[in-house]
Amino acid sequence: MHELSIALSIIEGASSEASRHGDVKVSAVHLKLGPLSGVVKDALLFSFELACEETALEGSRLVIEEVPVLVFCPNCKMERTPPSIQQMCCPVCGEWTPQVVQGHELELVALEICE
Amino acid sequence: MNTAPRLIEVRQNVLKKNDVLARALRQRFRDAGVCVFSLVSSPGAGKTTLLEKTLTELRRRCHVAALVGDLATENDAARLARSEAPVKQIITGTVCHLEAAMVEQALEGWNLEELDCLIIENVGNLVCPSSYDLGEALRIVLMSVTEGEDKPLKYPTIFNTSDVAVITKIDLAEAVEFDLKAAHRSIQSVRPGMQMFEVSAKTGQGMDEWLELLQSRIAETVFRI
Repeated sequence: MHELSIALSIIEGASSEASRHGDVKVSAVHLKLGPLSGVVKDALLFSFELACEETALEGSRLVIEEVPVLVFCPNCKMERTPPSIQQMCCPVCGEWTPQVVQGHELELVALEICE
Repeated sequence: MNTAPRLIEVRQNVLKKNDVLARALRQRFRDAGVCVFSLVSSPGAGKTTLLEKTLTELRRRCHVAALVGDLATENDAARLARSEAPVKQIITGTVCHLEAAMVEQALEGWNLEELDCLIIENVGNLVCPSSYDLGEALRIVLMSVTEGEDKPLKYPTIFNTSDVAVITKIDLAEAVEFDLKAAHRSIQSVRPGMQMFEVSAKTGQGMDEWLELLQSRIAETVFRI
């Protein structure tokens, strides 16, 4: 379980971004999470709450947007969502493809701040 | 104080710090002409045994060194020292994976110019290492026949983010009724087109093909500079 390390990185990134905006309070942190990031949503939410204690982000919410995996199908020449991350193929024509175009995201998207 | 929250866009990778460091490491390795491989697997899949045999063989042909990650002991470094290649242990304490900063720190005092190849053995774990780029050229995932054919389906992320799969302890396949075809199907399902090897570090089965892969990648790197 490395979600605590990830939570600490989120707090570090969010704090340094917030400090560029002066004396502000962060009320929410928006995160984009892909299934291939290797991070478990619930474990991250739990870790974030713990890791926030006694930091500038204490009391802030972590808002996670889960994005689906997208692969490029060389046959259909289209981006598609595979049936699952255990079956990396085109759901329409069945072509197998290693070309992942989305799904690795672990991205700090935005902060909600109160001035 | 205004109480209405304002939204500010950030758009940065959470592991930016690690990614930036990993990119810098990759550049350093490239400039020095060092081909870097990392090994990931569950605990007990045979990383250290395969690494010991690999170091022993590669040492006859080029300058190779290894970094090994472990939570608490220096046992692996002691075992690998038998290969007579330079080996350094990274003790991570409670951290279940290696990060680029740990690799950078471990390299202190080593002259990369003197090396052709560096092999990094990650902490035995099929989950956490998948998120951290270490600056390697190739990430190699190991699974042993005793773990079952469906390991890739249970841990799709680490297989998807690796470049090569190695099935280890192949000498035990028959004894544990390992279905090689099913294992191949599992690997190809999570990472279509993935290069696969079957080895036994104990009997030497498949070792030639495995070493050939490493050597061809090393030759490409050394030749490029």
